[in-house]
Amino acid sequence: METLAPSSFSVSSTGFYGGFGGAFIPEMLYPNVEELRRNYLAIIADPAFQDEFWQLLTDYVGRPTPLFLARRLSEYIGATIYLKREDLCHTGAHKVNNTIGQILVAQRLGKKRIVAETGAGQHGVATATVCALMNLECIVYMGAIDIERQKPNVDRMRMLGATVVPARSGSQTLKDATNEAMRHWINNPEDTHYIIGSVVGPHPYPDMVARFQSVISEEIRRQLFAKTGRETPDYMVACVGGGSNAAGAFYHYLDEPEVRLVAAEAAGHGVTTGHSAATTALGKPGVLHGSRTILMQTEDGQVIEPYSISAGLDYPGIGPLHAHLFNSGRGEFYPITDGEALAAGFQLSRLEGIIPALESAHALAALPKMNLQPNNVVVVCLSGRGDKDLSTYVKYLP
Amino acid sequence: MQNRITRLFAQKSEQLLNVYFTAGFPSLNDTLPILQSLQRAGVDLVEIGMPYSDPVADGETIQQSNGRALSNGMSLKLLFEQLTDCRTGSSGLPPVTIPILLMGYINPVLQFGVEAFCQQCREVGIDGVILPDLPLDLYLTEYAPTFRKYGVLSIHLITPQTSEARIRLIDQASEGFIYMVSSASITGSVQGIDDPLQTAYFQRIQAMNLRQPRLIGFGINNHDTFQRACRYANGAIIGSAFIRHLEAEPVTASSIEEFVYMVRGQAILADAN
Repeated sequence: METLAPSSFSVSSTGFYGGFGGAFIPEMLYPNVEELRRNYLAIIADPAFQDEFWQLLTDYVGRPTPLFLARRLSEYIGATIYLKREDLCHTGAHKVNNTIGQILVAQRLGKKRIVAETGAGQHGVATATVCALMNLECIVYMGAIDIERQKPNVDRMRMLGATVVPARSGSQTLKDATNEAMRHWINNPEDTHYIIGSVVGPHPYPDMVARFQSVISEEIRRQLFAKTGRETPDYMVACVGGGSNAAGAFYHYLDEPEVRLVAAEAAGHGVTTGHSAATTALGKPGVLHGSRTILMQTEDGQVIEPYSISAGLDYPGIGPLHAHLFNSGRGEFYPITDGEALAAGFQLSRLEGIIPALESAHALAALPKMNLQPNNVVVVCLSGRGDKDLSTYVKYLP
Repeated sequence: MQNRITRLFAQKSEQLLNVYFTAGFPSLNDTLPILQSLQRAGVDLVEIGMPYSDPVADGETIQQSNGRALSNGMSLKLLFEQLTDCRTGSSGLPPVTIPILLMGYINPVLQFGVEAFCQQCREVGIDGVILPDLPLDLYLTEYAPTFRKYGVLSIHLITPQTSEARIRLIDQASEGFIYMVSSASITGSVQGIDDPLQTAYFQRIQAMNLRQPRLIGFGINNHDTFQRACRYANGAIIGSAFIRHLEAEPVTASSIEEFVYMVRGQAILADAN
């Protein structure tokens, strides 16, 4: 079953990456999570599953996504910069790689209904999309505040046939939508599968989602080799909210220390302003949404509501794999402010004719901070496209 | 000294009433008066909620009480301060002698420090802890020795979906009592417990002859549901219904007595000796 070489960055049999991970779940969720844990590896390894998964990624999602040499950006930064174009996936972001995988798992577990959480709405749209495709009922929890500020994605989900339920508890954003989705799952334990959108949650979710997203680095290796004769870049750069595109982009490089793994996290107005989502800069170890990770919290262990201009990075934790990458020094984390991300988004638009999602703009904004040398080869995971962020961008048009 | 929970179940095996309330709700300093009133009203044991920002196993009523307690300034440190003298009965109040459990989520306990938490529990006289997001296996491998060192019992939940093998494991590995969740739900989200499937579940567990006594919780909100639960277990737990009562009525000894008597089905005058 274990097709990967043993690695200090692979998940342990009990669901831990170093000291992070596990399954801190109420007993009400135990049978569901245990059913998934017992079956996910066998389901994914099944040749019929693999055939269907790859067929859909190819014909429906549009994979492989291009690896694009960004010449003008390279010139500006002073290194060779490739963009992994996840923004060209169907629905506009990498999120669909995971929802395709999970809906196939849900079908094989005999589930009739899908529940999901969403922040910016990208994961909600990707979930509603595959539910329409597979004719499964879809319920998406979204913070009442996010519903207001991400209306186009709410409309897309409704057009796709999903029921969007406002999460009105707590701060009414992603964290609370996740709580509500977990509560829904507790209330409907037998016929429902919960499609978590990032490498967060109880084991086996972080590992399962990382496996589905690992197609990103699998393609990068092949594409980079075809273009440059080497499979490994000097730097792999991605943004981290929960961290699913980063997990996918890092996956096949985790055990190659010559590839430096760079994670951009959202500093909001600035790390020390009290309006930030820079989890590794501000957080401490704790338990959130079923796993032990690094978490923004008060002295008393209450979860702090994060802030970022990008709704997809507006999360108080990070996936346990990333907590381990941070703690072990394997990953390098850069805090990127709203202003830096906006500037990087405008710059890419003008230099390359690509409008990036605000999330992905955080990854681009890390480039000038990395002290890159002219001979460096860098791959940036362009996780999504910026259409959903236009109303934010135009407010700041230079 | 024998743990108060263990002692209680050794002395009484029927009609046990456990009432949950959130510390620091509705007002910051209501914790102790509510505890005193519940004891006076004849409740057998109490569960004090440690408020948390993200209580995923709880429904709207308890979530909102947690949120309000936090905005009132409640914290674990303050809760231990409020409870400091409850067992000795200083400041003119009678000592609290019934078992006290703390119920909450693992993260605030981790930040407090598990050992410091257990130590404080022993000092103020907490007998047991319910942490729904601390699963049995992690409790056993990481925290059980610390809990045992300070004589604090960890209470574990079972649900209609829990397998027989796992129920046996929980029965063997836990102490005090088993918290039987009445249905697949979060707290406060079901009304009543008279579904035939629930009855089948209650009877199935009853027939297992478990080592531990059992209390049924979730969906208990009045005399009928309390009595029904008592038919299949040693007693029952009321949470959301009491929180709703505290929201609607003034926090006075007589109002709390009224609520408890309503659940027990006792006439207030008959008991006013």
